Amino acid sequence: MSKIVRTMANILILFVLTFSLYIIMHGHLTPGGGFQGGAVFASGIALLIVAFGSDNIHKSLKEHHLSILESSGALIFIGLAFGGLATVFFYNFLVGSPIFGHIPPAGPNSGDLWTGGVIPFMNLAVGLKVLAGLSAILLVMALATTTMEVEE
Amino acid sequence: MRKFAMVASLSIFIAFLIAAAFLIHPFGYPPSEMDDYIIENTQNETGANNAVTAVVFDYRGFDTLGEATILFTAVTGVVMLFRRKKREK
Repeated sequence: MSKIVRTMANILILFVLTFSLYIIMHGHLTPGGGFQGGAVFASGIALLIVAFGSDNIHKSLKEHHLSILESSGALIFIGLAFGGLATVFFYNFLVGSPIFGHIPPAGPNSGDLWTGGVIPFMNLAVGLKVLAGLSAILLVMALATTTMEVEE
Repeated sequence: MRKFAMVASLSIFIAFLIAAAFLIHPFGYPPSEMDDYIIENTQNETGANNAVTAVVFDYRGFDTLGEATILFTAVTGVVMLFRRKKREK
């Protein structure tokens, strides 16, 4: 694309990725969570692909690295689910513990980040999984379309 | 015979519809007590202020595992479909 689009993408990608990480990390306090934040991250990758072309992105972002990231996210998620197996599958075993175990006061309040038990970790795992998976889909599809154009 | 079966099935269907119309919950009334329980106990049991996230990742975590599996299968299918052949030179 033109130089204007590339410059604006360079500026905007910072805010898009920061916002996506904010949505993932604050999933237990504000609307959002792993799925939504991962989708925002993948839309940032889509902006990069549109602005710079998929071949330039593919130099620094390989799809097998994204696949490894996605699988590790799924493994962390299932591992956290098995962590509560002493009581029941998907039991929230970190509530009341020193790590993310602060219980907020009852009723409507703004809360703080240090709450939620395993929910922030699960948000991180699902966010990692969704951002890697959707980015891999976008990258692979963009690469396939460009190679088709070249072969024609 | 076909007409008789059609009329019988249709009358049973309409009977259930009329019964449902009389037995339905009043408008705006929750069909179960589960939402009151979740709203009251989310902050004590999960420590999360966002009740929706608490339902998605704690009370119904198994459902989220299924969603993640669906995404994993979709990504696997797309990457397999669009894999690039190695150029033979």
